[in-house]
Parts: sequence; C-alpha cells; structure tokens
Amino acid sequence: MINFISGIGRYGVRKINALGRATIMLFYSVVGKPQFDKNFPQLIQQLYVVGVQSISIIAISGLFIGMVLGLQGFNVLVRFMAEGALGQLVALSIIRELGPVVAALLFAGRAGSALTAEIGLKKATEQLTSMEMMAVDPLRRVIAPRFWAGVISLPILATIFTVVGIYGGKLVGVDWLGVDDGIFWSGMQSNVDFWDDLGMCFIKSVVFAVVVTWIALFNGYDLVPTSAGISKATTNTVVQSSLAVLGLDFILTALMF
Amino acid sequence: MTDLIEIKNVTFSYGARKIYDDVSLTVEKGKITAFLGPSGTGKTTMLRLIGGQLAPDEGQIFFDGINVHSLNRGDLYELRKRMSMLFQSGALFTDMNVFDNVAFPIREHSSLPPEIINAMVLMKLEAVGLRGARDLMPQELSGGMARRAALARAIALDPELIMYDEPFVGQDPITMDVLVRLIKKMNDTLGLTSVVVTHDVPEIMEIADYLYIFSGGKVIGSGTPFDLKRSSDPRIRQFINGEFDGPVPFNYPADTPYLEAL
Amino acid sequence: MVKYSKTEFSVGLFMLLGIIAGVILALKVAGLTLSYDSGVYSVYGYFDNVGSLKVRAPVKIGGVVIGRVSAIYVDHEKLVPVVKMEIESQYSELSSESKASVLTAGLIGEQYIGITPGFYDEDMGSTYLKDGDRIMDTGSAIVLEELIGKFLYSVKGDGGSDSDTASSEK
Repeated sequence: MINFISGIGRYGVRKINALGRATIMLFYSVVGKPQFDKNFPQLIQQLYVVGVQSISIIAISGLFIGMVLGLQGFNVLVRFMAEGALGQLVALSIIRELGPVVAALLFAGRAGSALTAEIGLKKATEQLTSMEMMAVDPLRRVIAPRFWAGVISLPILATIFTVVGIYGGKLVGVDWLGVDDGIFWSGMQSNVDFWDDLGMCFIKSVVFAVVVTWIALFNGYDLVPTSAGISKATTNTVVQSSLAVLGLDFILTALMF
Repeated sequence: MTDLIEIKNVTFSYGARKIYDDVSLTVEKGKITAFLGPSGTGKTTMLRLIGGQLAPDEGQIFFDGINVHSLNRGDLYELRKRMSMLFQSGALFTDMNVFDNVAFPIREHSSLPPEIINAMVLMKLEAVGLRGARDLMPQELSGGMARRAALARAIALDPELIMYDEPFVGQDPITMDVLVRLIKKMNDTLGLTSVVVTHDVPEIMEIADYLYIFSGGKVIGSGTPFDLKRSSDPRIRQFINGEFDGPVPFNYPADTPYLEAL
Repeated sequence: MVKYSKTEFSVGLFMLLGIIAGVILALKVAGLTLSYDSGVYSVYGYFDNVGSLKVRAPVKIGGVVIGRVSAIYVDHEKLVPVVKMEIESQYSELSSESKASVLTAGLIGEQYIGITPGFYDEDMGSTYLKDGDRIMDTGSAIVLEELIGKFLYSVKGDGGSDSDTASSEK
C-alpha cells in the first residue's frame, strides 16, 4: 500500500519535472533576440514541411467531413421540413468544433509525429549535441523555427479545413440533394457571427497549435535516444496531443459560450 | 611550452557511479594528446566536461586559462567557437548535403558573402579529400567519408582545439589509416591542439605526442608513447599490449564476490 | 537563394490560400459586410416579458434587418426587462411613436424585435429617435402558457375573442 502511494508520488513528481523541462525548453527557444536574417529561411523551410505538406490530408478530410455532415444533416432536417437550416448546421458545426478540433488531430498525426521523430533522430545521432559544441543553440536553431511554423500553420490549415468542409456540405446539400442555394448561404450568414464563431474558431486553433507543436517538440527533445525511445515518443506525441486537444476544446467551449 | 587545457582535481559521477575521482591532467598546446582506456570508463565524458556540456561535481577545468564552468551561457558559447568536437557517429546534419554541413558553422557565426563561404568550404573539403562529394547527402556517404566530412566541418571555423571522440571505431584498416594520417596532418598544418579519445592503441601510438591512460576513474599512467612502451607498470603493460584480464579488471565491479552471490 | 525557390513558392501559396480561406469565411459564411461599422445608435425598450429573446437577435422593420439587440438586462428600480437595441445610423428617421414588439419567426423559430414605425408629427411633439432614447410603445413576447391559459378562460367564461390582448401593452 505504501509502495503504491509512493509510486503515485514518484509518478507525479516525474510528470511535474517533465512539465518543468518542457516549459524551460519552450522558454529558451521562444524568448530572446530573434535573428531574422538567419531564422527566416529556417521558418520558411519548416512552414513547407509542417504546413504545405499537411494541406492534402487536411483538405481531403475537410471535404469528406463536410459532405457527411451535409448528408446526415439533410436526412434529419428533412423530416421537420427544415432543410433550409442545413447551411447553418453545417457551417456552425464545422466552424465551432470540427474545423479546429479535427484539423488539430490530423495535424498531430501528420506533422506532430513527424516533428517528434525528426528531433528524436537528431538527438539520437548526436546532431543536437554537436550543434551545441559548435556554439549554436539547438533550441534556437532547431526547436524555435519548428515551433513557430506549427503555430502559424495550424490556424491556416484549420481555416482551409473549414472552408473546404462548408463547400463539401454545400456540394451534397445544394448540388446533390436540392436544397436551395440562396437559402443555404443566407441561413448560414444570418447565423454565423464573425467575432463569436469565426473568432472562436481562430482562438481554438491557435491554442491547439501551440499545444500540439509544443508536445511534439518536447517529446522529441526529451526522448531516450534509442530507436525504441523514438517510437515510444512518437506514439506519446499523438496520444498526448489528441487528449490535450479534446480536453482543451471542452474547456475553451465552456469558457467562451 | 604552454598548456591549453588544464584539468584540476575533477570529480564527476553519473548518479551513484563515479566516473572520475580526483583527476588532474594537462593538454599541451599544439600537440596530439590521447586519452586511452577501456570502453565504458567515460572517456567521452571528459570531452563533454571540457566542452562545458557537463559540469564536474568538484574541481575546475581551464581552457586557455579560462575556467569553463564559471562562464555564463553567452560566454560559454563564445568559448565553444574556439574548440570543436568530432563525434563518434560524425553527427552530420541529415537534412543538409555535405557542402551545407561544412558551411553551417561558418554561416551561423559570420555574415560572410556566399562566394567567400564557398571558397572556405571547398578548401576544407579539399583538405579531407571530399571536394568531389560536396553535393552528396550524409546518408550516401560511407562511414569513413562521413567522419572525414565531419572533420571538415569541425575545422571550418579554424578552432584552436579539436576533440576526437573514438575516431577509429568500426572502420576498416585502410580508412583507419587515412583517418590517422588526417589527424596528424590537421594537427601539424593547421597548428591545432588535438585531443583524441580512443582505445585503438597501435593507431594512436603512431601519432600521439602524449598519452593518458584511464582506469577506474583515475589516471593510471601517462607519458610519451616511447615511455609507455617501456613502462614496467603491469596495468599499463596490460592495456598497451591488449591482454585480456589483469590488474585492470575484466569484470564490472559487483557488490559481493561471485561465489557469495551464488 | 535559388535553392529555396520551390519551397518559398509553395509556402507563399500556402499563406495565400490561408488568407483566401479566411476572406471566404468572413464574407461568404459569416456574411460580414464591409460597411458594417458605418455607425449605430442605441435605443432602449422596456418590456413586461422578453420571452427567449437573445442578445444579437435581429431588429427588423417589416422583415428587413435594421439592427441588433446588444444587451438584455433588468432595470434595477422598476424591475422590468430592458432591451438595448443598436440601430444602424442609416435608419435614423424612426419616430418616437414607433412600436417595438418581441416577435417570433415561425412557430418554433428564433425571437426578434419587430419595429412598427409610428407617424411623425412635430405638432404632436413626436421626434426622431436619437442615441439613448427610449421607445415608449412596446409589445411583449407571447408566452405560450399564458396564451393557453387565456384561451381556456375565455372558453369557460364564454367570453369574446380577447386573445389579441395576450400581448399586454404598457
């Protein structure tokens, strides 16, 4: 019994230690005098890896989720002769929840795990240590551009996801099932508020972006430098960031609505 | 004769395991100094202590008269520009080709125009015989080539000190010979000070000016290759001649004797 | 740096795509009109009952949106609900005799404020509504329970058709 309690205590202390290390890592990578001439090409490179290469999965998933929403929503609404409300149903569910959340989950799987594996491999092959010995801070040179690239990319990806999703809903609802085009858009416009709904979508995706990228980078930076360690850290990234996204989504929604 | 590195009474341990126990030694400027010892005696740790990546529990390490561990982060980074380290794996950046790898420290620490960087990099690559491999990616290089490319990167900023971490491990005899000659050539032509950590005794005996032999966290012997070959100390003789078991124990120290543990 | 050109181009395209998507969301989905901030003025209405009226519900004249409800609260002295409405400045010629009622769009739809414009006669002392004015003539929300109660009462008492008094006036 005492073993059990002390085990819990040790676990807690270890987790708090990890959180501390993660915060220190983020602090040293983000705080400080930026060198734009040297860091900017890095940022562009990482935006390409993290952002551009995630577009296809984000856009395709957005399209399908929008289409499914259009189909399901239509089937329910048509019973109440309320298929005119399809536009607002699709738009509100994607903007408020599905856009930021699903984009963040896909981002964690696509870009987050890749970031962890990449940083982990750099650590395992002593690339980070050797950079340090060359008097180049790996936090500033390796972690920071990846962090900013993640923070910039995910809100853009979530926006793209949202737009593609709404057009997916329109494709099914209007072009296929015959909801009136004008009613679809005007119902949406009168119910979606720029600040409350789109602002919410944006805030959520920025928060998710920070959290997912941070988790991914820390798992890579802090892993045990073996191949088993890398695979474990990659799994941890996906699991932890998915849970964090879903939990934070609830908290943010509760706070803002 | 001046000493570039002076290590004074350094004690260092990983957890409960004592790696160094009150070690003192000096590395002379312009010479090749070798740290010899069985695997697992933490020879690499000494290089990290000198580079300031690890801090000793007790004692001081001076680089050119500067106490490495009294520096703040910024000054330590400045000091590191004067030294460089060749890692066991080479540690080339896998997302850049050979040219960019060698150019990396130059680009990071200077704002020289591309033409000058180009000339500098090609010069360093020529010195290690890899000018033709400038566009290859690290994964396309053989182990020996990767180490040579890493050597070109290590000398890119013309450091005063270069530390080699097990440069000969896992290399075929020809590559080993190439590396041995290269280390000697770099040291003599560039006026470097070299510290080589290794357990490949015959290779290092060819080029080292002074050797330290580590065992059990202490320096058990030191001297020129000539001195060591004539040493009467059984522990030194065991290591130099490569005998299986002797005063330097084959077994990792255990708490209880073998028979008792049964 | 020629080497980064492909990367730079696609990252530029990525950013552009993000901006376009944001603009589509703002204009097409949220219906944000660029002339939105042409100015508004606030008027107040005291109601007996606002039903389930929500903040940001539309204020309409004959179905055309002229403003939004910006706040709903209870007056501390009179203890009656107060609705603050923001009317777009272009509709500045509303008489103080206008009537504001809480109406429902359809049977189960959202509630909104309907304005019935009053006549304008300077001799009678009527003015145009200005910022901070109060609409005196208000009609409260129809509460279904009250409506049913009244209906039952009138059937029992065999009274006349009084159902239009369900929305009691101040």
